[in-house]
Amino acid sequence: MAEQNDLIRLSAAAQADGLASGDFSSAELTAAHLDRIDAVDGDLNAFLHVSREEALEVARDVDARRAAGETLHRLAGVPIAVKDVVVTRGIPTTAGSKILEGWVPPYDATLVEKIRDARLPILGKTNMDEFAMGSSTESSAYGRTLNPWGEDRIPGGSGGGSAAAVAAFEAPLAIGTDTGGSIRQPAAMTGSVGVKPTYGSVSRYGLIAMASSLDQAGPCTRTVEDSALLHELIAGHDPKDSTSLRDPVAAFGEHARRRDVKGMRIGVIEELEGEGFAPEVRARFEESLALLEQAGAEIVRVACPNFRYALGAYYLIMPSEASSNLAKFDGMRFGQRIVPEGGATAEAVMKATRGAGFGAEVKRRILLGTYALSAGYYDAYYGSAQKVRTLVQRDFAAAFESVDVLASPTAPTGAFRFGENAEDPMAMYLNDVATIPANLAGVPGISLPSGLAEDGMPAGIQFLAPAFADHRLYEVGGALEALLEDSWGGPLLDKAPELKGGAK
Amino acid sequence: MSAEYTALVDFDEATDRYDPVLGIEVHVELGTATKMFDGAPNIFAAEPNTAITPVSLGLPGTLPVVNEKAVEFAIKIGLALNCQIAESCRFSRKQYFYPDLTKNFQTSQYDEPIAFDGWVDVELEDGEIVRVEIERAHMEEDAGKNTHVGGATGRIQGATHSLIDYNRAGVPLVEIVTRPIPATGKRAPEVAAAYVRTLRDIFRALEVSEARMERGNVRADVNVSLRPSADAPLGTRTETKNVNSFRAIERTVRYEISRQAGILDASGTVIQETRHFHEEDGSTSSGRVKSDAEDYRYFPEPDLVPVAPSREWVEELRQGLPELPGARRRRLLGEWGFSDMEMRDAINAGALDLIEQTVTAGASAQSARKWWMGELARTAREQDADLESLPVTPQQIAQLQGLIDAKKINDKIARQVLSKVLEGAGDPAEIVETEGMAVVSDDSVLTSAVEQAIAENPDVVEKIRGGKVQAIGALIGPIMKATRGQADAGRVREIILETLGVQG
Amino acid sequence: MPAIGREDVARLADLARIQLTDDEITRFAGEFDAIMDAVASVSEVASEDVPATSHPIPLTNVFRTDAVTRTLTQEEALSGAPDAQDGRFAVPQILGEE
Repeated sequence: MAEQNDLIRLSAAAQADGLASGDFSSAELTAAHLDRIDAVDGDLNAFLHVSREEALEVARDVDARRAAGETLHRLAGVPIAVKDVVVTRGIPTTAGSKILEGWVPPYDATLVEKIRDARLPILGKTNMDEFAMGSSTESSAYGRTLNPWGEDRIPGGSGGGSAAAVAAFEAPLAIGTDTGGSIRQPAAMTGSVGVKPTYGSVSRYGLIAMASSLDQAGPCTRTVEDSALLHELIAGHDPKDSTSLRDPVAAFGEHARRRDVKGMRIGVIEELEGEGFAPEVRARFEESLALLEQAGAEIVRVACPNFRYALGAYYLIMPSEASSNLAKFDGMRFGQRIVPEGGATAEAVMKATRGAGFGAEVKRRILLGTYALSAGYYDAYYGSAQKVRTLVQRDFAAAFESVDVLASPTAPTGAFRFGENAEDPMAMYLNDVATIPANLAGVPGISLPSGLAEDGMPAGIQFLAPAFADHRLYEVGGALEALLEDSWGGPLLDKAPELKGGAK
Repeated sequence: MSAEYTALVDFDEATDRYDPVLGIEVHVELGTATKMFDGAPNIFAAEPNTAITPVSLGLPGTLPVVNEKAVEFAIKIGLALNCQIAESCRFSRKQYFYPDLTKNFQTSQYDEPIAFDGWVDVELEDGEIVRVEIERAHMEEDAGKNTHVGGATGRIQGATHSLIDYNRAGVPLVEIVTRPIPATGKRAPEVAAAYVRTLRDIFRALEVSEARMERGNVRADVNVSLRPSADAPLGTRTETKNVNSFRAIERTVRYEISRQAGILDASGTVIQETRHFHEEDGSTSSGRVKSDAEDYRYFPEPDLVPVAPSREWVEELRQGLPELPGARRRRLLGEWGFSDMEMRDAINAGALDLIEQTVTAGASAQSARKWWMGELARTAREQDADLESLPVTPQQIAQLQGLIDAKKINDKIARQVLSKVLEGAGDPAEIVETEGMAVVSDDSVLTSAVEQAIAENPDVVEKIRGGKVQAIGALIGPIMKATRGQADAGRVREIILETLGVQG
Repeated sequence: MPAIGREDVARLADLARIQLTDDEITRFAGEFDAIMDAVASVSEVASEDVPATSHPIPLTNVFRTDAVTRTLTQEEALSGAPDAQDGRFAVPQILGEE
C-alpha cells in the first residue's frame, strides 16, 4: 500500500486509476481521507457531519464488486464530500442553519442518487454560509471554516467547506452549489477548481433552494479534469426538475485532456478587469492570458456594458426568490420548533421559530425580498431586475458572436480576513461582481488558480462559455492549468502551508 | 358577532328596493390519477399522510413538475365554458403563511390563466336561460386538511391545537371565476345554485372530476353585492367561502341580500370581507377582514416553465369534447318524451347515460327509465352504491325488457331474472333458458293443468258457469302455483273460458 | 424610492413571519436604504421595450405523465415533524387567520 499522504494528494482521476489497477483499495483510500479529516478538521471545520461508517461500507462494497469482476463507474470507490445544502437520505442535512438542526431527510437529491448509483463513498457534509447566503462561510450557524492557506482567512463562500475540503486533501471531490459564485469564488480563495455548469445541466431536485432561477450545482476539485469527470457523473436530464436540460452530456474529461487552445478566441470582459480588482490579482490574470496567447489563443477585449447593472439585478432577484423559497421553514412539518413563552398560536410559533432559527444574513435577504415583491414595488424592483437579466443575456450573446470564451478574474481580491466584511453587507456583496452575470444568464463558468496574489493568497481566473458549451471551459481550463503548472513546477496547492492539525 | 348585528330585511322587500349582483368562484378538484405537481396519488380518504411524496409535503429541496393530464382537463373545462385558451400561460406563487400550505405559498395562476373570456348558459327550473359570463379559469393546487382539536365543536374557535393531514395537499384544482352576474333580481339565489349545478354537470360530462359536492370535489365562494338600481355602480361585495351544497348556495345568497339590505336601509356601510355560512340557521358570519395589509406578493413560479398549449392540441381537445349536458338534455327530452321532473330525477340519479345506452340497445325510453329509476335505483340505495357500479349493463336491461315485450317472461319473473343477473349468473336470456323460467304458454301443458283444476274445483266451475266470471281467479291461482308462476296468466284464463264455453 | 424606516422593517418582518428584536429592527432599518439605493440602478435601463427574463434557459411545456410514483410512508412523512398525533402533524392553535 502506498503512503497515506500520497494517496490523498492524488487527483480523483489518479485515484480512480489506482483503484482500477489494484494499487490500493477503496477501503484504504476512503480510510486515508477519513484519517485526514480526523487529523485536520478539528480546526479547519470543513465538515458539518462525517459519515464514516457509511463511507467505509460503500468502499468495501466497491472493493468486493471490483474483486468479483463487476463493471464499475470510473469514479466508483473515489470518496466525495457533499455540500450540506444538498439533501441526503439518512444523513443529517442542515444547509448551515440552526432551523434545520437534527433534520434527517427521507429522500435523496437526484445528484446524490447518481453518486450513490456510481458507488462513490460519501465522506460527509460540508460547511457553508447559512442557506448558501454569503461569500465567506462566516454566516454558518455551525462555526466558520478556515482557509487552508491561512487560518485567519475566509475560505470563500457560500461553499467554503467544499473548497477547503478539497484544498486540504480531505476529499478529492466535492459538490458545491453556485447561485452567484458560491462554487467559483471559494475555488479562487482556496487555490482549487470549481465549475458552475449551464443552468439545468445538473438537476436541482434535492438542492435546498436559495434562488430557483439562479441555483446550479457543480464540481469542486483540485484539477480541471476531476471537475470534468464529476460534472459528467452528476449531469443529465431529470424528470423531477422542470428546468432540467434534455441535451446529452458531453465527454467533458476528454475536453479537459485535450490541452489545445490554438485558434481559440478568448474575450476579456472590459467591465471586469479594471478598478476594484487588486493589483496582484490583475497581474496573475494578465500572466495567465499571456500564457494562453503564447499557446496560440487569440486574446481580444469585449464590452459587456450592462454587467454593471448585474449586481443590482442579482440582489433583487435572489432575495425575492429566497424569501419565498425559505417560507417553508416554519417549524410545522420538519426542523426546529420554538414555542414562545405565554401562549402559542401557530403564527406566534412560526415567528419565534424563524426569529431564532435564521441568522442575520438570512433574515436580511428574506426581508429585502419580501420588500421587493410587496404590492406596489414589484414592477420597479423584481420586474426591472428581470429586464436587466435580458440585457445581460444580450451582452453575452453579442460577446459570444466574436469569441469562444470570456475571461475575468474570479474575485476582486484574494481571501480576506475573518470579520473584514462581516459588518458591511454591500462590501460583502461586491465579492460576487464577476461571478454573478453567469448566474443571471444561465451560462457556465469555471474558476481555476492563476497563482498567488496579495499576502500569498491564491487568486483565481474565471472563464465563461455560452450556454450548452460547458466543454469549452474544460478545454481552456485544462490547457491553462497545464501551462501554469509547468511554469510553477507543480500544482499551486503544493505551495500551501502544512496544516497544523487539530483533531476533530 | 353581536357587533355586526343588523335587522334582516324580508327577501322580497330587499329585492324590490335593491338590485343584487352575484359573482361566483367555483373550485373543482380534478379526477387525475396523481396530484398537480407530483406523482402522489390523488385519492380520497386514504390513511392520513400516506398519499404524499417529498414534493407534496414541500420538503426542502423538492420541485414541482406539472401534470399534463391536469392541463388537458383544465383546457377541456375552458373549452366547455366557451373560453379562449391561452397561447402561453404560467404559474405564480401566492404567498401567505398557513399551516395547511406545505410551502407557505400556493402555486396558482395569477396574471396568466389558461382559459379566459367565456360564457355558459344556465337553465332555470322553468326553462328560462341565464347567460353567465366567465372571466377566467385557472389551475392551482389544493391545501392539506386541518382537524381542530380541543374545541367544543371541532371548530377553529376554542381549539387548543390542530392536526394536519397533507393527503389533499397538491390535488389539482381548476378555479372558475365569473364576471359580475347582474339583473337576476329575485331569482338570484336560484341562479347561483343553478350555475354551480350546471358546472357540476359539465365536469361530469367532461369526465374531469367526479364532482361530488358532499366530498368537497366542487366548492363555491359566493360574492353578493347590492346596488340601488341596475344602472348604479356596483356596491361593496362580501365573499362567503366554501359553500358546498346547492341549497346552501341559495340560502347564502338569500341571507346576504337580506342582511346587506338591512345595513343599507340603515344608511350603513357593507364591509368588504370574507364570510362563513352556517348550515344550522342559514346565516353567514364575518370571517377575516380583507384589507390592504393582505399582500400575497405574487411572482412567477421560477421552478416551473410556461405552459404553451399548441393550437393543434387545443383543437384536438375541442373536437373530442362530449355533447354537453345542456344540449344533450334538450335533445333527449325531445327524443324520450320525459317530463321535466322525470328528466331531472334521472340526471340527479346519474342515470342519464345508462338510460341512453339502454335505449340504444333497443329498449323504449320509458321502460329503460322504469328499470333504472325503479328496481335498480332501489337496489343501489340498499347497497349504498352508485347506479353505474351495479353489476348490470344497459344491454342486459334492454335484453330483459325484450323478453317481457316478447311475452317470454312476465314482470314478476323479470325481477327474479334481474336479481340473478345482479348475482352474476349471466345475461337475462341465458338465465331464462338455463333456469327454465320462460312463461309456459304451451297450450297442451296448460290445457291439462286447466282440466285438472276444473276437475278439482266443481263448486268454482259452477259459479263461473252461473255467470260469476270473476270467480275464475280461484282456478287461475292453483294453476300458476302448479307451474311455479311461469304460466302466462292471460292465456290460462282464455283456455279456462274456452273449456267451459263461457264468454269472458 | 421611499426611505425604509423601522416601521417598514417591522411590517416586513410581520409579513415574513420573523420575530425581530428591537436591535435587529434598528440595524436593518439602517442598512436597507443603502442596499436598495445600490440595487435601484436597475430601473435606469429597464425600459418598456425590454422583455423580462424569468428563466435563464427558455423552456416550455415540461410535463409529467399522470402516473403514480413512490410515496412516503406515514412514518417517513412524520419523521421530521416537531410534533405529531394520530398519523397527523400537530401544530399549535390556528387563530385570527382564515
